[in-house]
Amino acid sequence: MADTELTGAEIVVRCLHAEGVKHVFGYPGGAVLNIYDEIYKQDGFQHILVRHEQAAVHAADAYSRATGQVGVALVTSGPGATNAVTGIATAYMDSIPLVVITGQVPTAAIGMDAFQEVDTIGITRPCVKHNFLVKDVRELAETMKKAFYIAATGRPGPVVVDIPKDVTQNTCAFAYPESVSMRSYNPTSKGHTGQIKKAAQMLLEAKRPMLYVGGGAVLGNGAEPVRALARKLGFPVASTLMGLGAFPEPDPQNLGMLGMHGTYEANMAMQHCDVLLAIGARFDDRVIGNPKHFGKEARRIIHIDVDPSSISKRVRVDVPIVGAVDQVLDDILTQISGTPDTPELKAWWAQIELWRAQDCLKFDRTSPIIKPQAVVEALYKVTGGNAFVTSDVGQHQMWAAQYYKFNAPRRWINSGGLGTMGFGLPAAMGVAMAYPDAPVVCITGEGSIQMNIQELSTCKEHKLPIKVILLNNGVLGMVRQWQEFFYEERYSESYVTSLPDFTMLAEAYGHVGMKIERPEDVEPALIKAFTEHKDQLVFMNFITDPRENVYPMIPAGKGLSEMILI
Amino acid sequence: MRHIISLLMENEAGALSRVAGLFSARGYNIESLTVAPTEDATLSRMTIVTRGSDEVIEQINKQLNKLVDVVKLQDLSDGSHIERELMLVKVRAVGEGREEMKRMADIFRGRIIDVTEKSYTIELTGDGKKLTAFLEAIDPAAILETVRTGTSGIARGERILKI
Ligand SMILES: Cc1ncc(C[n+]2csc(CCOP(=O)(O)OP(=O)(O)O)c2C)c(N)n1
Repeated sequence: MADTELTGAEIVVRCLHAEGVKHVFGYPGGAVLNIYDEIYKQDGFQHILVRHEQAAVHAADAYSRATGQVGVALVTSGPGATNAVTGIATAYMDSIPLVVITGQVPTAAIGMDAFQEVDTIGITRPCVKHNFLVKDVRELAETMKKAFYIAATGRPGPVVVDIPKDVTQNTCAFAYPESVSMRSYNPTSKGHTGQIKKAAQMLLEAKRPMLYVGGGAVLGNGAEPVRALARKLGFPVASTLMGLGAFPEPDPQNLGMLGMHGTYEANMAMQHCDVLLAIGARFDDRVIGNPKHFGKEARRIIHIDVDPSSISKRVRVDVPIVGAVDQVLDDILTQISGTPDTPELKAWWAQIELWRAQDCLKFDRTSPIIKPQAVVEALYKVTGGNAFVTSDVGQHQMWAAQYYKFNAPRRWINSGGLGTMGFGLPAAMGVAMAYPDAPVVCITGEGSIQMNIQELSTCKEHKLPIKVILLNNGVLGMVRQWQEFFYEERYSESYVTSLPDFTMLAEAYGHVGMKIERPEDVEPALIKAFTEHKDQLVFMNFITDPRENVYPMIPAGKGLSEMILI
Repeated sequence: MRHIISLLMENEAGALSRVAGLFSARGYNIESLTVAPTEDATLSRMTIVTRGSDEVIEQINKQLNKLVDVVKLQDLSDGSHIERELMLVKVRAVGEGREEMKRMADIFRGRIIDVTEKSYTIELTGDGKKLTAFLEAIDPAAILETVRTGTSGIARGERILKI
């Protein structure tokens, strides 16, 4: 081996250094031992050993959601790769940029049903933005460069790089490419000028305007221009589950969340507006419900999205603008000189205030049992609205989204598209690694937390002072709610019995456990967790009302104005 | 509506499965799909025949363009174009039927490319309708085996698909 030649394993590590990667979440195994040996020798990045590969990918994913950087995970072949698939699909559905490096059996063994061989490229193909099998060490550096480039540009997404073991052993000269150009991949970032002018005109002429902000506004760093545009125009703003925080929620112009469990005012305004500006949003079934019902009201739609295939997919739009949301919004802003202050706009706001007066998020504040909503409200108060909040999937997720008023983007971290139970705790680890001094909270249910509870051990190893807020209703609440509403209360397999003693469990992992059973103890317990136990992981088991439901609710297949209110 | 979509894609392992996977995952219909390398060895050209409403075809075009391996795409049905398919048919050719079969092949401008005492193998090119018409014109009991390549297409006139 000439001095200047590096092994594939060294190249992988050097590429990660060149990309400025500071944290890699992973789990070793036979096919990646050479890479792990190189990790041992370096200190350019920290490796975080998880307890299950799914958690490695969720942690890398949340790391990316919180920081905007590409998340990196490393797993072995076969079961390592298959365990990672749920994480990859989760990131794919929410367009999160990741590079997932998977080990593979040696090239000569591929196709031989070798030990720990799976067709990782085939299995992950439908849930990645792109994937690569590296068959020659000489292609490794360029492939890594492409992987980071593809993951982060255009509509972001996960990229898998599958590396056979012999490729990590073989050597070649190393040079990390400075740039990539791919004739087959050139995402657009600048919107069409004519369309931008049309959009600005349409906004200024609107009588009942509305801004509809999706996850693309967060991912595309559109929060600043969204705020600037909304303020300049004085228009109402509503966000999807994925867009929360792009516009400050406590702001009076904010109507709250849209969709199945969105607010009455947001959904009614969405249904009845005459000009809708969709920003990095995709008219998802959980947002607009039935597209036929949505289409009953005439409105003109401007849609900004970096992915042309998101435009006119479920709903026909009038002014499509393909481009990066931040750039396009900046361009629209320069086209808007005056501030509309018409009687029509005033009347529209008056109508919205009537809807808002419905107070759709009210709940029983005198209950002798802890109401889950009250826990989230208290959490908001105790953290001053400044925490990073991750969540799992279920009722607790919706209450977190409804009652924690996010004032900044990238603070609310949840699996919206795939709806992956088990996301919350590993996600909180990813955020805590990125921001060691920030308050990081995981709001979860007793069903979800048990899907990745082993990560309490990883949290101990890295002293991650996460606050786990378990809204323990003793049931798979969201399932129970659907069974109550739509299956005549036949509660098939939705009770979680034989729960562990979570306080003892937390303590067994070396953390602080708390059980909170009375409404008056909620706030003091939270204060204690964030002061006395600031630097520790606190597992807070709140025993909440098992019969509480998430309202408002638009039943699946119904329209925006067909909400069930409390 | 029936559409013929031509695409140039990187000649990479797995590129075909990305296209096929896209169609099955999103429930799009594939009537035929052909693929082969081009004069530039780094590129393959694929022709997909599909059916769908305007909305579905628009999505198919956008989703195909989104695949990282797809370099360029053209919906041939947007303009005038030529489509051809090749068919090989092995037919029973005995007794009186033997002469009749040859005549039919001639009428359809087919060529007999293999002969035994009992059979002919006929090569035919044309658009899909012509090939089907041939099969309908001969005695169905005489057909021993057929193989069709699926449609290839190219735009008429100056319009080209090239990078
Ligand atoms: C991995 C996975 N399996 C199943 C589901 C379906 N599901 C959605 S919500 C839910 C119940 C969640 O229960 P819990 O975590 O206790 O939260 P709660 O709804 O009670 O707040 C289930 C089973 C899912 N989203 N993810």
